[in-house]
Amino acid sequence: MARLATIPTVSAPAAVASSVDSIPTPHARRELTRIALVGNPNSGKSSLFNQLTGLNQKVGNFPGVTVDRKTGISQLTPQHRAEIIDLPGTYSLYPKSLDEKVITDLLYDRESAQYPDFVVVTVDASNLRRNLLLFTQLADLGLPAVLALNMMDVAEQHGVHIDIAELQQELGVPVIPMNARKGIGVAALKIVMAQHLDAPTVSFYEPTEELLPMIRQIRYYFNLHNDYLALHYAHQFRHISFLTPDQRQYVQELVEQYGFEPTARQAHETISRYARINEILLNAVSVTRTERNEPYSNKLDKVLTHRVWGYLIFFGVLFMMFQAVFAWASYPMDLIDQGIALINSLIQTNFNGPLINLLTEGVIAGLGGVLIFIPQIALLFAFIAVLEETGYMARVTFMMDRIMRKFGLNGKSVVPLISGVACAVPAIMSARTIENWKDRIITIFVTPLMSCSARIPVYTVLTALVVPDEKVLGFFNLQGVVLMGLYLLGFLSAIFSALALKLLLKTQERSYFIMEFPVYRWPRWKNVGITIVEKVKTFVFQAGKVIVAISVILWVLASYGPGDALDKAEQQARVTAVQQQLTPEETDNRIASEKLENSYAGLFGRTLEPAIRPLGFDWKIGIALITSFAAREVFVGTISTIYSVGQDADMRTVQQKLAAEKDENGQPFFTPARAFSLLVFYVFAMQCMSTLAVVYRETKGWKWPLMQLLYMTGLAYVSSLIVYQVFK
Amino acid sequence: MAIRFTTAAPTTQRSVKDLRLGESGTICCLQDPEMALKLLEMGCIPGTQVRLNSRAPLGCPITLVLGDEDYTLSLRVSEAATILLKN
Repeated sequence: MARLATIPTVSAPAAVASSVDSIPTPHARRELTRIALVGNPNSGKSSLFNQLTGLNQKVGNFPGVTVDRKTGISQLTPQHRAEIIDLPGTYSLYPKSLDEKVITDLLYDRESAQYPDFVVVTVDASNLRRNLLLFTQLADLGLPAVLALNMMDVAEQHGVHIDIAELQQELGVPVIPMNARKGIGVAALKIVMAQHLDAPTVSFYEPTEELLPMIRQIRYYFNLHNDYLALHYAHQFRHISFLTPDQRQYVQELVEQYGFEPTARQAHETISRYARINEILLNAVSVTRTERNEPYSNKLDKVLTHRVWGYLIFFGVLFMMFQAVFAWASYPMDLIDQGIALINSLIQTNFNGPLINLLTEGVIAGLGGVLIFIPQIALLFAFIAVLEETGYMARVTFMMDRIMRKFGLNGKSVVPLISGVACAVPAIMSARTIENWKDRIITIFVTPLMSCSARIPVYTVLTALVVPDEKVLGFFNLQGVVLMGLYLLGFLSAIFSALALKLLLKTQERSYFIMEFPVYRWPRWKNVGITIVEKVKTFVFQAGKVIVAISVILWVLASYGPGDALDKAEQQARVTAVQQQLTPEETDNRIASEKLENSYAGLFGRTLEPAIRPLGFDWKIGIALITSFAAREVFVGTISTIYSVGQDADMRTVQQKLAAEKDENGQPFFTPARAFSLLVFYVFAMQCMSTLAVVYRETKGWKWPLMQLLYMTGLAYVSSLIVYQVFK
Repeated sequence: MAIRFTTAAPTTQRSVKDLRLGESGTICCLQDPEMALKLLEMGCIPGTQVRLNSRAPLGCPITLVLGDEDYTLSLRVSEAATILLKN
C-alpha cells in the first residue's frame, strides 16, 4: 500500500530526540498501540492526523452513534506501528454537540476495547491559554498524554516565545513543538509516541472538599481509578452511553442527595483551571509586543464580509460551484456513463441468460447509478473543503446567520443547504456541525427539498418537451428561466418548511452561535485531497449499497410478472410485430415495452393509476414514479423503456417519443399541464432511498425519515394536483 | 476572579453588546449561567480585555477580539449581551 506519511522537513529539538533515542521501545512486539488524537477545533488536529497516517485512513462509525470514526495506521518507527483515532475537535470534556459526546464515551470507559493507550493533545501555540484548558482536563483524567505544540510559526509571528523545557516541566508530559501543516516536528512526535508513557504526575484541579463524599461513593461504586473521572460521572451520567439505567439511577440519586449543582461547579472548575494555566504561562511564555500592522485577515474581512461586496462575492462563489458541479462534472460523468454502457454491451454480446441480465441490467446498471455521482460529489467537496480550509466558510455562516435564523435555521445550515443542490446524502451528513438539536433536525428535514443533481435529467427532458426554446427579454433562454424557477421553487419550499417546523418543534435546548473566527489561510491541498477521497468512499460504500440493492429489486420487479404473463406478452408482441411488419429493432422495443407492462412493476403502476390520475399521470408514469424511488434519474431510463425507445436512451429520442405519445382522444399526451404537474412532483417528492437511509442513520430512528417521506410526498401530491387541475 | 450569576436587570452595567466598533472593555462577569460555561471554554474569562472587532452586514452576529492574543470569536448580539463589562 502506498504511504504518504513520510515527512519532508524535520526540525526536532535535539534534546527530545537524543534523550528518547536510547530508551528501548517496550511494546514493539505487542499488537498495535492505540493512540487518540484530541484537540480544540482549528488546532491543526486534522493536519497532524493526515501527516501521521497519510492515505492510510479508514472511516467507520462509533458504536451506537452516527459520528464518523476516523482511524489510521501510523508507522512510528520501523518496528512500531500504531493505530491513531482522530476524535472530533472540542474545547472541553463537557460535550455540547453530538460529535463531542463520542470523546467522553471513549475516554471514560477504561474497560472498552477501544480505550486508548495514551492521547496526543494538539494545541495552538499562538493561543495557549484556551487550548490548555482541554489538556489539563485530559491530564486530570489520568490519561498518559503527549502535547503537540502546534502552529509554532504563528506563535513566533505574534511574538510569543515558549520555553519548551519549562512548559514540559510544568505540565509533566512530553511537549513537542511543531508545525503540522508543513510536517515540521512530526518525526520527533513519532519517536515520543513510540515510547511507553506513564500517567501524568501533575494535577491541575482537585475537586473541592465538600464534593468528596459524593465523588468517593461514585468512584467506589463504579470502581474508578480517579476522583476527577468520578466527578465527570456526576456531571454527565445522563449522556454517558455505556451506563445502564440502574447505574444512571444510582448517580442521579446521589447527585440529588448531595444537592450537586453542575452548572456552578463546572464554572468554578473552568475558572480555577484558567487560574492555574495563567501561573504556568507566566513562567513558560513571554510575549514581545511587536508593532504590527492591521492583520491581513481583518483587511480581507472588510471586503469579504462587506454588506454589498460580501454577499456579491458569496453569490459569485456559489455560481462557480454550480458551474463546477453541473458543467465541469458532466465530462467525467459522460465517460463513466459510456464506460458502464460499454461494459454492459460487451457482456451482453458475449454471454446470455437471466443471470447475465441480472448482472448487467441490475447490478452493473445500479453500480453505474452510484459511480456516476462521483465527479459531482468530488467537485462539491473539493469546493467545500477549500472554503473551510481557508476560513471563508466561517464568514459565510457569519453573514447568513441573521437571515437563516428567521426561518428556524442557523448560519451553519448554509453548508448543508448548498451541498443539497449536488446531493442530499453528503449534505445531510454535513449538518453534524450544528450543535443545536432543533436547528440540526430542521436543516436535515428541509435539505432534500433543495433540487439535487439527480433531478436534472427529469427537469431537462420535461422542460424541453413543453417549453419553447426561445429568448425572453432578448437574451434569457426561456427553458433556462423555467429551470431556474424549479430550483427556486425547491429553495423556497425548503425555507418555508423550515419556518413551519420552527413553529411546531418545541425544545428546551438553546441555540448558540458562539464560535471561533479563524484567520484566513491558504488551503493545504493534501487535506483537501484526503477529504475528497474520504467523502467519495463514504458515498460509494454507504449510499452505494442501498442504490445497488434497490436497483436489483427493481430489475426483478420489472423482469418478472405473475404466472406466465410475461411469456404471453412477448408472444403477443411478436404477433403484432409480424402483423405491422416492424423491423427487428422495433420488434425488440415492442417486446420490452409489452413485457414491462405485464411485469410486477407494471402491475404496481396500474394499481397506482387511480391515485395519480387526478394529477394527470397514467400507469406508465406510475411505473416511472416507482422506479424513481431508487434514484430520480432512473426516470429517464424507465420512461425510455416504457415508451419503447430502446436501451441506449438518447435524450432527443426520449423527447420525441414523449411528444409522440397520444392520449385516448388522439391529442398529445404530454400537455403543458401534465408536464408541469410532473415537474412539480419531482421538485417536492421524496424519491430517494439513500436520503432516507442517511436520515435514519443521522437521527438514529425511523421517526424523521418517515415524516420526511410523508411530508414531501404529500406536498408533491397536493402541489401536482393543484397545478394539473388549474392548468388543464 | 469571580463569576457572578445574576438575574438582576443589567440596567446600569454595560455589556459587550454596548461596545462601539473598535472600542475595548474588560470582562467583569457572565450573566447567563448556561451560556457562561460555553463562553468560558471559548476564552471569555472575567478580567480579559475584549474589543468589538466587526459586525455582520445585518448587525448580528458580531466578532470580538479577546485578550492580547489575536483570537477572534464570533457570537450573536443576544449572546454578547450576557457578557458584562467592568465600569
